[in-house]
Amino acid sequence: MIRRRGRWWGAAAVLLVLAAAGCSNRVDIGAAGPAATPAAKTGGRLTVAVVTHGAAGDPFWSIVKNGAVQAGKDLKVRVTYQGSGVPQTQAQFIDAAVNQHVDGLVVSMANPDALKASVERAVHAGIPVITINSGGDKSVQFGAITHVGQDETIAGRAAGKRLADAGVKHAICVVHEAGNIGLTQRCQGAAQGLGGRLDTVQVNVNNLAQAQATLRAKLTADHSIGAVLTLNPAIATAAVAAESGSGSSAKIATFDLSGDVTTAIEQGRIQFAVDQQPYLQGYLPVQMLRLYHDNDNTVGGGQPVLTGPGFVTKANAAKVAELAKRGTR
Amino acid sequence: MSAPAVPDERVAAVSPVRRLLVRPELGALIGAVVVFVFFALLSSTFRSADGVANWLDPASTLGIMAVAVALLMIGGEFDLSAGVLTGTTGLAVTILATRFGLNVWLAVLLSLVLALAVGLANGYVVTRTKLPSFIVTLGMFLVLQGLNLGVTKLLTGNVLVGGLVGRSGFDSAHLVFASSVVLGGTYFKVSIVWWLVLTVLATLVLLRTRFGNWVFAVGGDANAARKVGVPATRTSMALFATTATAAWLVGTITALRNTSAQADAGVGDELTFIVAAVIGGCLLTGGFGSAVGASLGALIFGMTSVGIVYAGWDADWYKLFLGAMLLLAVFANQFVRRYAERRRRS
Repeated sequence: MIRRRGRWWGAAAVLLVLAAAGCSNRVDIGAAGPAATPAAKTGGRLTVAVVTHGAAGDPFWSIVKNGAVQAGKDLKVRVTYQGSGVPQTQAQFIDAAVNQHVDGLVVSMANPDALKASVERAVHAGIPVITINSGGDKSVQFGAITHVGQDETIAGRAAGKRLADAGVKHAICVVHEAGNIGLTQRCQGAAQGLGGRLDTVQVNVNNLAQAQATLRAKLTADHSIGAVLTLNPAIATAAVAAESGSGSSAKIATFDLSGDVTTAIEQGRIQFAVDQQPYLQGYLPVQMLRLYHDNDNTVGGGQPVLTGPGFVTKANAAKVAELAKRGTR
Repeated sequence: MSAPAVPDERVAAVSPVRRLLVRPELGALIGAVVVFVFFALLSSTFRSADGVANWLDPASTLGIMAVAVALLMIGGEFDLSAGVLTGTTGLAVTILATRFGLNVWLAVLLSLVLALAVGLANGYVVTRTKLPSFIVTLGMFLVLQGLNLGVTKLLTGNVLVGGLVGRSGFDSAHLVFASSVVLGGTYFKVSIVWWLVLTVLATLVLLRTRFGNWVFAVGGDANAARKVGVPATRTSMALFATTATAAWLVGTITALRNTSAQADAGVGDELTFIVAAVIGGCLLTGGFGSAVGASLGALIFGMTSVGIVYAGWDADWYKLFLGAMLLLAVFANQFVRRYAERRRRS
């Protein structure tokens, strides 16, 4: 019994020693942070914290992260990445970055109200902040240098224009989340770009079978529909399935990418995908913070910097599929 | 209980060392110290005042829940609806104040009524049907999750309800539930105060009151407890109501702090509460555990979630670390308990 207890305490002691040894020569970045910032204006190692609302394992956000990490390697920036879909946890991550006196902060603001205090605290502490992906309309108000993301109305307009160029007069826009303002903006933009008739169809992204049935009913009933614009890759795949056998020859286009969508584009079953290029939403802000630090540059002139709409068509689908394997598209 | 005329082994003198070892919170205490030392060595920010305030914050909201859930678990029940109920109450406060124009305090009060109704419903169904609380509250979990999304979208057409700032009563409610206390130039969230007060309160109730004895008795053996006159049904109902009240407090704190509420808030947190309580020495079978232990479990969570950021590790590993902590904690608890029991018999 004594021996057993000895083993436990021994293990604890080893753990402690390991912990101490592993970090004894490690210097906390925060210790030298504020003093170093004004003096070292060019070159040198920077620390940038990226805090997003993406949950760990989300395919979209893992591409954003890869972009930020690659920029860090290219530009001698130490990039840390944290993500949480829980707004108060995201605020705590921002607070942690501020306490560490990072040289720059990149934040996605899905719920700007919840992050207001923490972002403003960072700005107040003299940390340059760049917002990405969401919350662009609050970016300047909170004191961020700029916003990097996609303007949904502009992206919708470009998609509508592309469909109009393909000869489409009548299209449907498939909304998969009620009340998501970004989706409404995409459809409104698409209507402007198309110039013809655009109906909105409501489906539920959590019930793909039913979404497929709804779309099939719509396509079977109305052969004048020349195009289906979906706003989510899973719904796009459902639309492809709905079309086969419905007698309709509507063109299908979608927002955002997935492996299935890229394959369908290669096969010509989907015309194109509007890509907001998440890699850029990770890479560019790190680069901008480097330039801001070294050369006092700001990008965008108070306007958001757009990472989209980029387009994936039959022409580049094979290449994009190849790049997707590297985790950059 | 009357003092026995002949001294028996139940009241025999116990050595202080063993009395310490059989404390349910010992494992969590050791764990908390190890985690603190570990991250404090890795990062000077972690041990700075700002750093401490930073990691006490997630520990506080989790701790409030963990303490209540620990009481319930000692009483022999689970509440899987506790996590999503924090979302329900937060949404209720936000929607009532912004869409129905109620004073924020009134909205907070109505939200409490709603929480108590949910808690008592859980308690009523569990005690009445004798079904496992695991299943009953799992049903409630799904019901609330659906209601949160459905009602929120129905009333607001959105999944994010904002706009609490500037509503009547917001400032004073914010002060009570979501402000910060300045201590030596460092901002500590007021939720930390709530957490500490509730931990002390729960400990006193558990160890110094008749109700506390009832909780241990009901959790240990409900039938035996009933036979010696413990009102088991009432005790269980009170415990479910306590968990619901804690969920209301956390939901209110979160809503006022975020000045908004999300329809998916709190989903998945219920297991975290249970994990914190178990790290703190609660048995899944009931009848054993402590409020202080649950708070220490929450502290381990808080230190880890923020400590990983300070250490500059990839957050992808956070869950792995927590899982290892949980297993270590239950191993330690198991070992300590076996050791103590063997000593008693010899």
